[in-house]
Amino acid sequence: MKQPFEKVVEQHGGTVLRVCRVLLGAHDAEDAWSETFLSAMRAYPELPDNANAEAWLVTIAHRKAIDVLRARKRQPVPVGEVPESPTALGVPGAGDGDGDLWQAVGALPEKQRQAVAYHYVAGLAYAEIAEILGGTTDAARRAAADGVKNLRKNYPGATTEGAPS
Amino acid sequence: MNISPDYFASPSDPDTLLRLGHRLGLAADAEGLLDVAYTTIDSPVGTLLLAATPKGLVRVAYGIENHDRVLDTLAQRLSPRVLRAPKRLDPAARELDEYFSRQRRVFDLPLDLSLSKGFRQLVQRHLPEIGYGQTRTYKQVAELVGNPKAVRAVGTACATNPLPVVVPCHRVLPASGAPGGYVGGPDAKRALLSLEAAA
Repeated sequence: MKQPFEKVVEQHGGTVLRVCRVLLGAHDAEDAWSETFLSAMRAYPELPDNANAEAWLVTIAHRKAIDVLRARKRQPVPVGEVPESPTALGVPGAGDGDGDLWQAVGALPEKQRQAVAYHYVAGLAYAEIAEILGGTTDAARRAAADGVKNLRKNYPGATTEGAPS
Repeated sequence: MNISPDYFASPSDPDTLLRLGHRLGLAADAEGLLDVAYTTIDSPVGTLLLAATPKGLVRVAYGIENHDRVLDTLAQRLSPRVLRAPKRLDPAARELDEYFSRQRRVFDLPLDLSLSKGFRQLVQRHLPEIGYGQTRTYKQVAELVGNPKAVRAVGTACATNPLPVVVPCHRVLPASGAPGGYVGGPDAKRALLSLEAAA
């Protein structure tokens, strides 16, 4: 039996927001969240009843984030505002976390950032992450491990204590 | 600091999610994806759940019906694309508010009767003919719909009315004059009858 879509939003809205934030920064995260849930709602009646809704939503968010990043690359950024990091992960406004960590996350290569988001934020298994990223389970595990290693290097406060294995 | 889901959370997330949820309801409606919109309102007979399809108001549910269960049923019978999206229910909420403050005697809302079929739907279509402040017996309603022997079936049609208050099954009573059964419980039925009697 399929539950009302509102319940899907209630149960997974927070996780999807945090995943989008890690992928895109606070500014674009909200638009990516909206696009993700609108697409999900369109496809929801066809989702198999036994599907993992969270993995499904993260897969959609993954594609939406790629669209946002591509659009960003097409848009010329005024000189002087080009960040040193390869992405424009926005530092969230006051009260939205630690600017240094955000910068460290934003500086991660795309695949590492995705693997960190899907494993440590969404709690997906590496096999599920491999399906989203393409490639092997080992490659997904390696990308997450490299991502965490880089985060530790650039943001010494970060540990993975208590994170899902 | 752990790299845990909490680390990427923000104290303002609940507000952000409320805002995003609201935005999702509007966008889904604009895209034609909002098969069932719902909201809840406070009333003198408790919290009422209101749900509407693009065709019209499809469900009014009392708290004792268990709103979560009602939403599950709507998802199963109509569509799983169900969102809390109060805007579509604004007219219904306003008319109910007017009804409960004795400023309205007749509901003027598009209704979607697709949750009931056959004889039950036929009875429910006729119930609004019983005017405000009036009552009929189950037997009289059976006669009204042209099936005088179907007294029990009229009772079932009233008990399964998906749109209580708006479709006035509360105006149908047993011949004994006792309030009889009601989807919202006997107290709610008495409350509606005395509200209408006082006007």
